Amino acid sequence: MGDAEIIPIGTRGRPGRGTGKHPSSAARGLAAGGRPPAAKAAPRRTGPASGGAAGTTPPAAAGAERPATTTRDRSPMAGIPASDWLAAVQHGAREVFGEQWEPQLARFLAFLRRRVTGDYVVDEYGFDQEITERFLMATLRPIAQKWFRIEVRGVENIPAEGGALVVSNHSGTIPVDGLMTLVSIYDHTGRFLRPLGADLVFRLPFVSSLARKSGATLACSEDAERMLNSGELVGVWPEGFKGIGKAYSDRYKLQRFGRGGFVSAALRTGVPIIPLSVVGAEEIYPLVGNLPSLARVLGLPYLPVTPFFPALGPLGLVPLPSKWLLEFGEPIRTDELDGGAADDPMLVFNVTDQVRETIQQTLYSLLMQRESVFK
Amino acid sequence: MGSAGRVVLVTGVSRDLGRRFARAVAADPSVDRVVGVDAVPPRGDIGEVSFVRADIRNPVIAKVIVKEDVDTVVHMSVISTPGSTGGRNTMKELNVIGTMQLLAACQKAPGLRALVVKSSTTVYGASNRDPAMFTEDMEPRRVPRSGYAKDVAEVEGYVRGFARRRPDVSVTILRAANVIGPLVTSPLTSYFRLPVVPTVLGYDPRLQFLHEQDLLDVLRHAIGAEVAGTFNVAGDGILMLSQAVRRLQRPSVPLPPFAVGRVGSTLRSARVADFSPEQLGLLTYGRGVDTTRMRTELGFEPARTTAAAFADFAAPLPPTGGYADRLLARVAQGLPEPAPTPGPLTGPVPAYTRGADRG
Repeated sequence: MGDAEIIPIGTRGRPGRGTGKHPSSAARGLAAGGRPPAAKAAPRRTGPASGGAAGTTPPAAAGAERPATTTRDRSPMAGIPASDWLAAVQHGAREVFGEQWEPQLARFLAFLRRRVTGDYVVDEYGFDQEITERFLMATLRPIAQKWFRIEVRGVENIPAEGGALVVSNHSGTIPVDGLMTLVSIYDHTGRFLRPLGADLVFRLPFVSSLARKSGATLACSEDAERMLNSGELVGVWPEGFKGIGKAYSDRYKLQRFGRGGFVSAALRTGVPIIPLSVVGAEEIYPLVGNLPSLARVLGLPYLPVTPFFPALGPLGLVPLPSKWLLEFGEPIRTDELDGGAADDPMLVFNVTDQVRETIQQTLYSLLMQRESVFK
Repeated sequence: MGSAGRVVLVTGVSRDLGRRFARAVAADPSVDRVVGVDAVPPRGDIGEVSFVRADIRNPVIAKVIVKEDVDTVVHMSVISTPGSTGGRNTMKELNVIGTMQLLAACQKAPGLRALVVKSSTTVYGASNRDPAMFTEDMEPRRVPRSGYAKDVAEVEGYVRGFARRRPDVSVTILRAANVIGPLVTSPLTSYFRLPVVPTVLGYDPRLQFLHEQDLLDVLRHAIGAEVAGTFNVAGDGILMLSQAVRRLQRPSVPLPPFAVGRVGSTLRSARVADFSPEQLGLLTYGRGVDTTRMRTELGFEPARTTAAAFADFAAPLPPTGGYADRLLARVAQGLPEPAPTPGPLTGPVPAYTRGADRG
């Protein structure tokens, strides 16, 4: 009990760790290549001579008198020769672009230069095909295939060319269903769906420029007819905010289909109407509440409250991974009707109801087939 | 169509486009005489054009029309910015009262055959509720309440009224898209001449341009063709603002809308650039016009597309940016030429390209 051992602090002048003046014994052992320092004692040199070599080559045989290693010796470029860097870059390029990496990289650089110099073409709606194909679709595809595991049925109902109007139900608090329809149609038919968006879309910053670049335009009869006349595949969600912002308890109940403007546009241009039923989008953000006064202040149609948003903050924006089913129905032909059909309100209402009923019935049958929400 | 011995009166010859148009018309063999009218004398050479110093805001203009026996009037003096003339009130007087006086004088001129008015697509406004392409029959979604757009709307209203009262005169309204060219000084060209271009954060408007030469050509064509009606005139195609700035090789600074407006008014008061308030709407929402009627009814085809007109404007401007392109060009030198048909990339595109794309 009485004989307490005194443990000295520091190394008492002996070479040890971290004095900065002399290398540690471990370092000496490494530097001398395993030879004991006693063997090095004979060719003893003066200090300044070995100091001059620092920075270029690692002083392998500095011995006990080698000056302390400083950070100057360890600059990141010092030890790696240029050929190694080149090899690393080549290896990296091969990893990313495959065996044909040189032409691939050249092509990629050409693409980048085209973007940087503005040497690309957009159509009159501001649709940027290159960006849509390379970035938007590439980003959405994994979400569609891996997260929502979208199953598409009835793709053969989409005409390979010529104008057509895809009419879909709308749900999911945020228009994710539109984006998923976009990527599903592109992957299955190679055609770009041109969505018609509410004027809110074109008022919001970032959203508006992204919408125009991805091919959307304003949901008005002028633009719809213009696009259909030029043979585009146009997508419309006639429920609008009533559909997308409905409560979770009202899921899969179709809301009113606007004023039937989409039917008039299809009748005037004589293109087929393709009903699309989307199952699964209702469950991604279950809308359990709304903050109407705050929404009014922000100028939005509604401000959603879901079980996870705003409670979990940004994490609440991650959609639930529900299983999605997309079914394209039989096209409803409009070219057989006579010219003045678009101005006959009763006919327009009838066709609107027909489309609405078709989508609602398909929704019910898809819900019956679905095993569960997530499977 | 024009019989020999036509007498053309051109208003607004003190400005560059008006002066050049008057000279071009004077060189036309079917035109006998060209009378240029403005409140201030033109600065450059007007060639064979006889200049009459008259303010179209007072009834002197009627005497000029009768005395010179004018049969065609080309109204080009609707100005978009006050510029050197003074404040907004002067501008409004020049535009609206000037047009009213001119039309009143025209109504009393028995020999008048044709009236051509250079209007602007600004009359359609710019908002988030706009259709992608305006045709001549469409109304602006938000009626302009101030500035140039309101002036143009009022001028067009008076011109339509004149057309009703004088059905024997062929009245042509040409709604020109933003005129651009190396010699044009307008709010939009001085905006693009800034060394660093401020843009509205989060918006990428669609723009349409008309080359200055095409504007002169379409006005001459309208004199000869005498097709009554309203026509949109613009170069083919669309340029996004981001694309235009990249083609200029100038850096851009995205700013929130109110800051862009403030930068604009500061630049205007400093006389660096002529930035008009309705330009903010254009730079936020953009505008496109349909030119089908220009081709089919008017029978005019602009020589330059929107992109070509912009390239001609951009050619003499020294680039103040473009470093990213030069860097990429240097890297690309060491690699083989890319195949002529670039296929889609196999495999995922690396994420870092998003940043580089912004230029």
